[in-house]
Amino acid sequence: MAENVYDAIVVGSGISGGWAAKGLTEKGLKTIMLERGRNIEHVKDYVNATKEPWEYAHRGGRTQQMIADYPVLKRDYALSENNLDFWVNEKESPYTETKRFDWYRGYHVGGRSLMWGRQSYRLSDLDFDANAKDGVAVDWPIRYKDLEKWYGHVERFAGISGSKEGIAHLPDGDFMPPMDLNCVEKDVAARLKSHYKGNRHMIIGRVANITSPIHSRTNCQYRNKCRLGCPFGGYFSTQSSTLPAALATGNLTVRPHSIVTKVIYDKDTKKAKGVEVLDAETNQTYEYFAKVVFLNASTLNTTWILMNSATDVWEGGLGSSSGELGHNLMDHHFRVGASGIAEGYEDKYYYGRRPNGIYIPRFRNMNGEKRGYIRGFGYQGRASRDGWSREIAEMNIGADFKDALTEPGDWALGITGFGETLPYHDNKVTLDKEKKDKWGLPVLAIDCEIKENEKKMRKDMMEDAREMLEIAGLKDVKAHDSEYAMGMGIHEMGTARMGRDPKTSVLNEWNQVWDAKNVYVTDGACMTSAACQNPSLTYMALTARAVDHVVSEMKKMNV
Amino acid sequence: MMNRREAMSAVAWLLGGTIVGADLLVACTPNRQQVNVEDLFKQEQVLMLDEIADTILPETNTPSAKAAEVGPFMAVMVKDCYTPAEQRVFTEGLGKLEEACEEKYGKSFLKCDAKQRKELLTSLDQEQKAYMHTKKAEEPSHYFRMMKELTLLGFFTSEVGATQALRHVAVPGRYDGSMPYKKGDRAWATS
Repeated sequence: MAENVYDAIVVGSGISGGWAAKGLTEKGLKTIMLERGRNIEHVKDYVNATKEPWEYAHRGGRTQQMIADYPVLKRDYALSENNLDFWVNEKESPYTETKRFDWYRGYHVGGRSLMWGRQSYRLSDLDFDANAKDGVAVDWPIRYKDLEKWYGHVERFAGISGSKEGIAHLPDGDFMPPMDLNCVEKDVAARLKSHYKGNRHMIIGRVANITSPIHSRTNCQYRNKCRLGCPFGGYFSTQSSTLPAALATGNLTVRPHSIVTKVIYDKDTKKAKGVEVLDAETNQTYEYFAKVVFLNASTLNTTWILMNSATDVWEGGLGSSSGELGHNLMDHHFRVGASGIAEGYEDKYYYGRRPNGIYIPRFRNMNGEKRGYIRGFGYQGRASRDGWSREIAEMNIGADFKDALTEPGDWALGITGFGETLPYHDNKVTLDKEKKDKWGLPVLAIDCEIKENEKKMRKDMMEDAREMLEIAGLKDVKAHDSEYAMGMGIHEMGTARMGRDPKTSVLNEWNQVWDAKNVYVTDGACMTSAACQNPSLTYMALTARAVDHVVSEMKKMNV
Repeated sequence: MMNRREAMSAVAWLLGGTIVGADLLVACTPNRQQVNVEDLFKQEQVLMLDEIADTILPETNTPSAKAAEVGPFMAVMVKDCYTPAEQRVFTEGLGKLEEACEEKYGKSFLKCDAKQRKELLTSLDQEQKAYMHTKKAEEPSHYFRMMKELTLLGFFTSEVGATQALRHVAVPGRYDGSMPYKKGDRAWATS
């Protein structure tokens, strides 16, 4: 029994779980990190990280067998031969789509920190004020000033490269030197700046790829193979960054193959005592006990654990007293934008494969503007020269065709909007007790959709993209709105939101579950609104802040 | 997630639109099972695929498709990555190509000389382009489009294609967004 007692339990080992483990162990707490999947050891287990395309039978393609085995993953880019082992086994871990929801999961040590897109932006009070101003959902219980120093704290350690721009609603951070815009991006950025009189910006992406060495990590080598795991430690992941720091304290135990099935709630103390674990390999059940529990299992799995922790006190699950647990699921809607050809740069090319692009911060519904919808969107994109896969309309086959394809084609610049999704109460997850996973556990049923506000926003996302590219002088500009289904953004947020009132929120301003104050939720589940920026940096900052809080509460004997 | 947007746009741009059976262009895991293509293609047909590929991408001042073993690659891709319906279009297409060849030159494709082969495949390429412009989304691609796509993919992602016809640096180490370029300089193999 004694060996199952720790100071702190962290459930999950992805971006936020890694930060929780680092913070707690550095504060001297004996901590166990419980990860439902297998271990992936830094460098050693990045089995494809140095392979070249020709070393694979299908050159990065997808076989019919893979398509059959991964009915969700196949819906987007993610299914390919290169990192199949980083994605969840869908047969073992099904879920119910009451409405279509694309859920891309990584069940292993490091979670999706290994495959993430690495774009890292701060939120601002434009975002934290939004719900209160619009009368939507509930107010965030925090403001930018509460998070500001924690953003800096996580940026300095994670290593975020970016440029300082002085844009009020996209606050500058503690950045490493930025990556470079290429020649086309630079000129397009200058034209937009001049046309919109400094009210629209095209900047280099702020990305968790390091541009100078930090700790034992080598700076980004511009291979653009991040999603295979980086043997240089060039980008932030649990393995490259937070896990080594946590292990170095001597206070961390990592237990893979540990499915946390519930938080054990003590109704006398109104606190959690620990968690119950199902060993994924042996099917044995274990209990682990601690003074504090951090849930960082990823948005929907954190909520699943809370829901599955029902007791006679909390029939709807731990944290269900407000009736909001499982509700207000959000994502970022995207796959709408434009692209065009840049002429006059035929004597320019680039060297290196930059794992980053450009960012156009939000510009709609600001400074008094009122569109026919609320909130806004940003764009990501890049300029590059077409490669061998381009169509050459006037050529067919043979030597000339081949030689033409061995040279780069036109410069093209494309941008894709990422829009804020509102927190709707009826966008929700519930437990589907009819369907069971490989371990006999009930699965989640997901019932959500984008609504009128997002659909109206998408029209602007397309037309603004077209207009900006035309104004920037691009030719043959084509706008598109491709199919989007919720989940595709892989930015699941909400379902256990923070708030000011236990009657309308699941968590308080310190990410503590109102109904059990020694349980902290600091992954995407805590989000009260979605903003339109990539959210992971905010999870990191919220986690670091919550760790600081729990330690001070422990000193005061409040937790 | 930036990488995936790029992967998607690369797919969308592959020959300007549809890509048959696969989402390509990036690296992959090792082949999980021994590939056995005999039940789909006779050895002679694989030879023929090799010659078709070599006609599409012949030797110039860089090696040809055959040097990159594109014929056997096509057979593997059709077997593993195509749906049964696509496989049917592809294998029947080989027969159609032979028929067209017999009709035009009175002999099989493998017996034709390089000039005849090029002439035939040029007409088939014109045929597929016209077909692809008018076909409905749910209708299958033209068989010759499949062959051409697989030839390009097989060649330009092969070691020969990527390092000799194109340029490849495994570990660039830095980024220069405004590198001088002059006509004739080769494109990068991957982006």
